[in-house]
Order: sequence, then C-alpha cells, then structure tokens
Amino acid sequence: MCGENMLIGLAGVLAATAPLIFAVVGETITERAGVINLSLNGLILLSAMGSFAVAVTTDSLVLGFLAGAGIGAAVALVVAFCSITLRQSQVAVGFVLALLCRDLSYFLGNPFMNRPGPVVPSFRLPHALSIDTVTVLSLAAIVLAWVWFFKTRPGLVLRGLGEQPAAAYVRGVPVNRLRYLYTMLGGAVVGLAGPAYSLSVKAGWRGTISGLDGIGWIALAIVIFGGWNPVRAALGAYLFGILQWLGVALQPALPGVPSQVLQVAPFPVMILTLLFVSIGNAEWVARTISRLPLRGRRFLTRALRSLEARPPASLGVPFEG
Amino acid sequence: MTGFKQKFVDAAVQAGALALAVAFTSALLKAAGASPLETYRQLISGSVDSFAEFAYVLRGWVPLILATAGVLITFTAGLWNIGVEGQIMLGAVFTTWALRLLQGADLPPAVVLAAGIAAGMIGGALWAALAGALKTYGGVHEIFGGLGLNFVATAISLWLIFGPWKRPGIGSMSGTEPFPETLWMTELASGHVSPWALGLAVAGIGVVALLVRNTGFGLRLKAVGKNPCSSHRLGIPPARYMMWAFILCGLFAGAAGALQVTSVYHRLIPSISSGYGFLGLLVAMLAAYRALWAIPIALFFAAINVGSIQLPIMLQLDSSLSGVLQGALVLFVLMAEGARRRWMRSS
Repeated sequence: MCGENMLIGLAGVLAATAPLIFAVVGETITERAGVINLSLNGLILLSAMGSFAVAVTTDSLVLGFLAGAGIGAAVALVVAFCSITLRQSQVAVGFVLALLCRDLSYFLGNPFMNRPGPVVPSFRLPHALSIDTVTVLSLAAIVLAWVWFFKTRPGLVLRGLGEQPAAAYVRGVPVNRLRYLYTMLGGAVVGLAGPAYSLSVKAGWRGTISGLDGIGWIALAIVIFGGWNPVRAALGAYLFGILQWLGVALQPALPGVPSQVLQVAPFPVMILTLLFVSIGNAEWVARTISRLPLRGRRFLTRALRSLEARPPASLGVPFEG
Repeated sequence: MTGFKQKFVDAAVQAGALALAVAFTSALLKAAGASPLETYRQLISGSVDSFAEFAYVLRGWVPLILATAGVLITFTAGLWNIGVEGQIMLGAVFTTWALRLLQGADLPPAVVLAAGIAAGMIGGALWAALAGALKTYGGVHEIFGGLGLNFVATAISLWLIFGPWKRPGIGSMSGTEPFPETLWMTELASGHVSPWALGLAVAGIGVVALLVRNTGFGLRLKAVGKNPCSSHRLGIPPARYMMWAFILCGLFAGAAGALQVTSVYHRLIPSISSGYGFLGLLVAMLAAYRALWAIPIALFFAAINVGSIQLPIMLQLDSSLSGVLQGALVLFVLMAEGARRRWMRSS
C-alpha cells in the first residue's frame, strides 16, 4: 500500500515537473549553441499568460500551446538579435527581458485574471495512476534532445557551435545563422513551459499570485547542474520536483516550520549542488590537489571530474564570421 | 568638428531609443484600450502634483539609489551581482534584529537607530561576501549563486516573520510587530521621507562616484573588471578585489534594507526589498555605469513607480506598466547602442 502511494506521488512529481523539463531542455539547446538566454523567468510568465489568453479566446488547447512556443521563440529572437547582430552583452539583454516580459505578462494579462479556461485532460492508467499528454511530451523532449545532440550529425554541428565555432565556420557551417536558429528553437521549447503551467499544472492565470515568478531562474541553475546534458538536466529538474513534493508531504510532520519556508527548501540544496559541480573549476582546488600524494590526487581528480559541469567553451562569446 | 558631430550622433541615437521605448509602450496601451497621452499625464501628475507625492518619490529614490550605488561597484569589477536583492533583505533582517535587541535597553533612540543601520550594513555585506566566496573560491557563477541566495534570504525573512518574530498571536504576511514610534526615523514636516535617509543616500552615491573615478582602488577594480588575467599578472589579485567589490556592494544594499525598516515600514515585511535591487541593476545599465547619471535616472524610475500606483483606480490599468516602461527604456537604449556601434562607427 505504501509502495503504491509512493508510486502515485512519483507520478505526481513527473507531471508537476513537466513544465520545468521543457524549460531546462530548451535552455540546454540554446546554450549548447553558445548563446545564454537569461530571460527565462520573464519568458515563461509571458508565454503562460499569452497561451492562456489564446486558449481562452479560441477554446483550443493546441493553439494555446502553439502560442506559448511562438512567444518563446519571439523573445529568443530578441536575445539573438541583440547578442548576435548587435553584439550587446547577452547577460544584460537577457536580464532586462526577464524583468520586462514579467511586467508585460502582468500588464497584458490583467483582462484574463481568474477566468476559467481549458485544462489538458489526463488518462487513467492501472493502479490509480494517470498521465497526461504534456507529461508524455516532456519525456519525449528529453529523449529527442539527447538523441539529437549525441547521435546525429546536425547535433555534432550544434555542439561545435558552442565549443569551437571558428572550426565549424572553416568547415562551411553558417555559425551565426545556426545560432539564431537554435536560440529560437530553444526559446520555443522553453516557451512550452508556459502553457504547461497555465493550461495544465497550475491551470489559469492569476497575475502576480500565479506562483510562477522564480521558476525561470531555477531552470537556469538546473541547466548548469545538468552540465549541459539534457538527461542530466532532466534528472536535476526531477530532483528539484521531488524536494518540493517532500516539502509539501513533510508539512504535517513539522508543524513548527511555516509552509512558506518548506516551499523554498530546495534552494539551499540547489546552491550546494552547484558548489559541488563547480568547485572543480576553481583554481585553488587544482593547486591544492597538485600538492597531494599521487594516489589521493588521482582519486580526488576523478571524483571531481565525474561531478564537474563544464560549460561549452564558447558559451556567451560572440562570433565574428 | 568630428568630436562635436560624434556627440550629436550619440545624442540623436539616445533620443531615438527613448522615442522607440515610448512608442512601444504607447502601442501596448492602445492594445489595452487606454489612451497613451492620458496615461502618461496620470503617471506624471501622480508623482509630482503635490509635495506629499514628491516626498513619496524621494522615499522610493533612497533605496533605489543605494542599491544602484552598490551594483555600480560590482559592475566596475565586471560582476553581475543579481544577489543584491537578497543583500537588501538580509540588511533589513539584521536591522530588525538589532532594533529588537536594543529597543528595551536604556539608550537614546538615535543611538539605537544608528546601531540598527550599522547592523543592516554588516548583514548586507555578509550576504554579499557569501556570494563572493561562492564565486571566487567555489567557482559558482555570481548570477546563480546570487539568485540562489536571494531565495534563501526570502526563506529566512519568512521564517522569522512566521516563526521567532511573529506578532503576538499569529504570524501574518503583514510582517512583524511595528516598532514604537520613538524608533521611527524623523520625517520632513509633511511626512513620508526622512532627511537622514535622504542624506545617507546622497552620501552613498557620492562616495561611489568618487571611489570608482578618483581612487587607485577604483582603478584597480576597473582593471580586474576589464581583464582579470592581465590584472593578475600586473600584481592585482582579482579574487581579493572581487571579494571587496561584493562586500562594499553589500554595505550599500544593507543600508537600503536598513532604511526600508527604520524609515518606511518600521517593521520587517516579507517583500521588504520591493524589487529595488533588480531595479538598481536596470538604473546602472541605463546610466551606462556612471554614478552621476544614475541620480536623475533613479529619480525618474522612482517617480513612475509612484505615478503608476493610481493607474488601477483612475484608468483600470495594471500598475506593472511602470516596469514595462522601465524595461523597454533599457532594452531600446541597449539596442540603439549596439546599432550605433555596428552600423555607424564602421562606415
């Protein structure tokens, strides 16, 4: 019985984390091409609001999801234009867009506040389990991204864009055009996170109290934790989902702790994991390890390597072709 | 002659960016079914119609310019201190802690307030030092370390408000029990803004302007920001200077949080930072990282924040319009700057 409850809980985590999966997989695609899209927090809010508005007015879930992807691609296009064509700092442009799109979603979403809208239905499975199309799509996104990155030739070119754009360019790859393409593709996938919230996981639009502010920043941190690998990033997202679920599940056992605190409990854990995957990059660590006896050095280096998350070599570096 | 022409072109590009931002916002207003002119009139008259309203603007200007002053230091060192938001919160938490500790003691209120503000500055600096240590010794990028610490700071203040510092009876989102009026900072005749807080803010931005432009420390900080590798070779340790930049920024952010407690809310509330940290980053960017330009820009941002409060009542518009206008301004100025460099200098 307990095992079955556990299973239902985990299925719930799988469904509740679906939006976050779209966000981390999309951002991983963008960053693999060498572009940081820091606007995620605003982008997701704007696509959540926009897709809800479209779904309410057209009464079509499919159009809602398409609108979400379209908004994501449009915001990503601004990031690509400012960073690739105008050579402005990607971080600066992304940060401004994160704030601008958030306020834009609150401003434009005002007429759609608290309106009833369509919700993605879920299918019954045996053992009181259920699953919905969005969850299935999120799982498919992980697998597709992994296969594309590591098993196809265009995926090899994509990784080249982020690692050695000059080498790719010499071999005839249109670096900046492809970076535009992948930034927009990644943005469109991230944009699906919006409708995955407003039409499924947290159905509806409630303005500032929709509880979506902050999700984009978390997604950006998980991409690093995931070491720019879609499968590892997805595992990070599920870990985050489990921690949040535990926060809710443990509530009755810890009456002294206010619920607001348990909801943010995953963040300190997040920082610690970021520290673990990043500390291998710090110079003093390398220096300390080099002073150790040979056997311990090998063991420590290997342990750090296995944890380490190394960013694409040309992430955030503009390319002059 | 060319220098003059260049200046003219620069000014024209900036004006074009402003016009584009206003056009973008006006189009949005049209789409929302509102009259742009009427809305702008409302935004301005809502902030400068009376002295009381202008005092509200100055009250918002104080934490905004202090946060901007702080991030100007970290920007000089080439750091994106997004954690400034959490540093403001920790400043407010430390100030509340000090005031709670000292309010029962037999001390003059001025001493208690000064100790509270000092504690807030230390709190902000400690939180900033944590982000700095994660960056310099942990290899965690300051954006992600800072963001994580922002969430933790929120958790800490929520825990205090609902836990150990809750109001008699039950804790609520309205914050801790207000301090006695003897511990409120003195306000100008019509209220709303404290001359002491204003003085601190003016001093703060002045110190940063001098520090960055006129001192050897500022010059070395700039070197670290431009190129950490070569400054390391020149004998300037980047890690140490980055840590100092974080700590100094934390002092200013902490002061902003301290003043929010002592002269605005008179207690700790969950959203004590009110987004001033993020807004300070925008102000610094729009001012092109020049301290003196930040002063009028922060005043303008504070004014439209105050002016937008009445929008829901007067025009049935969401008050987030102020954020849209601020973000659009920075975005279009960034774009214009990029376009100027790309297409005008090269020809």
